[in-house]
Amino acid sequence: MTPTLSLVPIWTTILAIGVFLYVALDGFDLGVGMLYNFAPDRRARDLIMNSIAPIWDGNETWLVLGSVGLLAAFPVAFAIIIPAVYFPILLMLLALIFRGLAFEFRYRDAEHRTFWDHGFAAGSALAAFAQGVILGSFIQGFQVEGRQFVGGSFDCFTAFSVFTGVALMFGYALLGAGWLVIKTEGTLQDWARALGRRCLIGVTIAVAFVSLWTPFVDPHIAARWFSWPNIALLAPVPLITAALIWYEWRSLNNRSEYAPFLAALGLFVMSYLGIAISLWPMIVPRYFTLEQAAASQSTQAFLLVGTLVLLPVILLYTGWSYWVFRGKVRSDIGYH
Amino acid sequence: MHLDPEFLSRLQFAWVVGWHILLPAFTVGLASFIAFLEGAYALTKRPVFLALSQFWLKIFAISFGMGVVTGIVMPFQFGTNWSRFSDVAGNIISPLLAYEGLTAFFLEATFLGVLLFGRKLVPPSMHFVAAVLVAVGTLSSSFWILATNSWMQTPVGYEVIDGRFFPKDWFAIIFSPSFPYRLAHTVSAFYVTTAFVVLGVGAYTVRRGQWLTEGRVMLRLALWFLAIFVPLQILLGDLHGLNTLEHQPAKLAAIEGLWDGGRGVPASIIAWPDMKAERNLAEIAIPRVGSLYLTHAWDGEVKGLKDFPPDQRAPVAIVYFAFRIMVGIGLLMLAIVAAGLVLMARGQLDRTRWYLRLCQFATGLGVIAVIAGWTTTEVGRQPWTIYGLMRTADSVSPSLTGSNVLVSLLLYIAVYLVIYPVGLSLMLRFVWRGPAPTDEAAPIGGGRPKSPIEALASPAPETAR
Repeated sequence: MTPTLSLVPIWTTILAIGVFLYVALDGFDLGVGMLYNFAPDRRARDLIMNSIAPIWDGNETWLVLGSVGLLAAFPVAFAIIIPAVYFPILLMLLALIFRGLAFEFRYRDAEHRTFWDHGFAAGSALAAFAQGVILGSFIQGFQVEGRQFVGGSFDCFTAFSVFTGVALMFGYALLGAGWLVIKTEGTLQDWARALGRRCLIGVTIAVAFVSLWTPFVDPHIAARWFSWPNIALLAPVPLITAALIWYEWRSLNNRSEYAPFLAALGLFVMSYLGIAISLWPMIVPRYFTLEQAAASQSTQAFLLVGTLVLLPVILLYTGWSYWVFRGKVRSDIGYH
Repeated sequence: MHLDPEFLSRLQFAWVVGWHILLPAFTVGLASFIAFLEGAYALTKRPVFLALSQFWLKIFAISFGMGVVTGIVMPFQFGTNWSRFSDVAGNIISPLLAYEGLTAFFLEATFLGVLLFGRKLVPPSMHFVAAVLVAVGTLSSSFWILATNSWMQTPVGYEVIDGRFFPKDWFAIIFSPSFPYRLAHTVSAFYVTTAFVVLGVGAYTVRRGQWLTEGRVMLRLALWFLAIFVPLQILLGDLHGLNTLEHQPAKLAAIEGLWDGGRGVPASIIAWPDMKAERNLAEIAIPRVGSLYLTHAWDGEVKGLKDFPPDQRAPVAIVYFAFRIMVGIGLLMLAIVAAGLVLMARGQLDRTRWYLRLCQFATGLGVIAVIAGWTTTEVGRQPWTIYGLMRTADSVSPSLTGSNVLVSLLLYIAVYLVIYPVGLSLMLRFVWRGPAPTDEAAPIGGGRPKSPIEALASPAPETAR
């Protein structure tokens, strides 16, 4: 054990990547779940569901890793944040239950297919909303005494957090539309492009609104972005975001197959970066920095050894499974 | 009415973990069974193994899916309801939970996708590897989650600084004193649970007579397996008991309903433990036998409940009865397996209808025993979350009100009461339809299909479209 070398930057990076992978991967399949509700017919619904059936479980596993990773790297942050968002977490978990089971139950429980169809769409939407509320209340911060959250269980529902909840629904739906453009063809793809355009309008409004709102309510965030020389150094963030929005719009309208999904991912990277810049270096806004909240050196080191070996392996076989199920979704593979 | 957030949080945890554990209890064994069937088919090319693998895979998909979604609930419980425990013990338990995710969940999730949907897309050898990797994942998950639980039961390798636990020796933390026994006893219990389900389904299939070959194979595979594992499980349980006597004497005293410790203690067969009066009512006990089986010596010393202050005793009656249910089922299982072996030796197994019916009734015995065993060990740990060191009362999130937890508990109850009956009925429907070979993969009666793998991937005709 070498107490001089801090592992916190490494863990911050790993956790940031883990959470981002969750947002990107489960983001698109939650988005697909929401769009599912607007599918034109049975055949379309079957195809849409088959496009994510083999991979959604792996995607959702990043949520477990994200939560346990937070506990492992920054235990006090876990102990403060999770009880503070008690009800959004509850809502998310119950929604994910319905949504996850709908994959199997929809095909096996034909008498109640409509129920599970709705469960799939509503579960996806509620899970996305709940995650957005969690994000919004995290940005706003929590009431803390010592090492514990001491506010009320409903404090996390504010106008801002409800807004970020809706915003994330649009964001995930945009990712989902991008995914469906990759996985489908013909009229179904056109349908996905049309929905994608509507989602992009929602995302653009949301990004603009949150970007203006957060500095307005939090002077620290305002100082971070608008003081000199930060304003010059950070200017690329909004500029690239704007460029990506334009590119996303264009690619939804022309025939590009991968660009809508990739541009949507790019938008998530930029928004993620924007939030990170606003909050850095806090993990519990106003109370704990990353360094202060870090787990013991021994805990970080012990987990790091295995993670550095296992994470690349996981990425490798996850990538392999995406390769196996590559290409346009076929009606003969998946549930029947 | 006063709503106590601690009590309600305990109820909520018991509710979500109790329902969740049923699924690993079944799928850990089933994953290994499917890998075995896939391997047996690859080696022998006997169609019965293929039909059985496809049959159980459908049931596995449902139970595993339910296991995943109810499992995601679990790590969040540590944060939502037990945040003080997370803060105090996070440095120690978190890497164990993280390693479970890293070594098990991704493996299971990714290769289950390949197993279910990839028959046409990957070579047959890779498909078999996927089955093995899913099974390895379920076992790895058991390893890490039981390492976590065992450390909470028998904590070692730590130091306490400012009221929080810090790791000193990771090897000691993972291989805490109760861990090897708990792991062996639990995984063996999971295997026995699955084998009894296969036995029951096999008996039902034979009794109906429609898929006789498949039914007979299931019946025999399960019986042979249980002939080894039920006695082994009883032996492992005994060893686990000796370990509990050494490391958690207060829990053992509750299990035995033993108030006055000493040498040559009696074995309580059945009684009503009265915590207020500190004695057992209407007790039937055998003198001195308690010491014999607890310590393997006639005059072995055993501590009684009165050796511990009242505020360090578990709810005796729950632990006492849960243990007796578990042991009673274990003995019943032994009798069922012995009877089956006798009938098999006489060549009457498939024709003895009362026995086939008995096996059908025994389908869920393992599940009940697992719940009873889990209750014994978890309620027996009370009033501690970390045995002897951190109280459950000090572990609960300070921000929660009783009504907060009541709302979440009621919602968990409502949702689980929808999904479990639906899931069970869908699995029963597959059992009722039987292990029908798929339309193209029916080479029974001679001839081999052109490409078994193509046939494998074709949809079963009976599934709903």
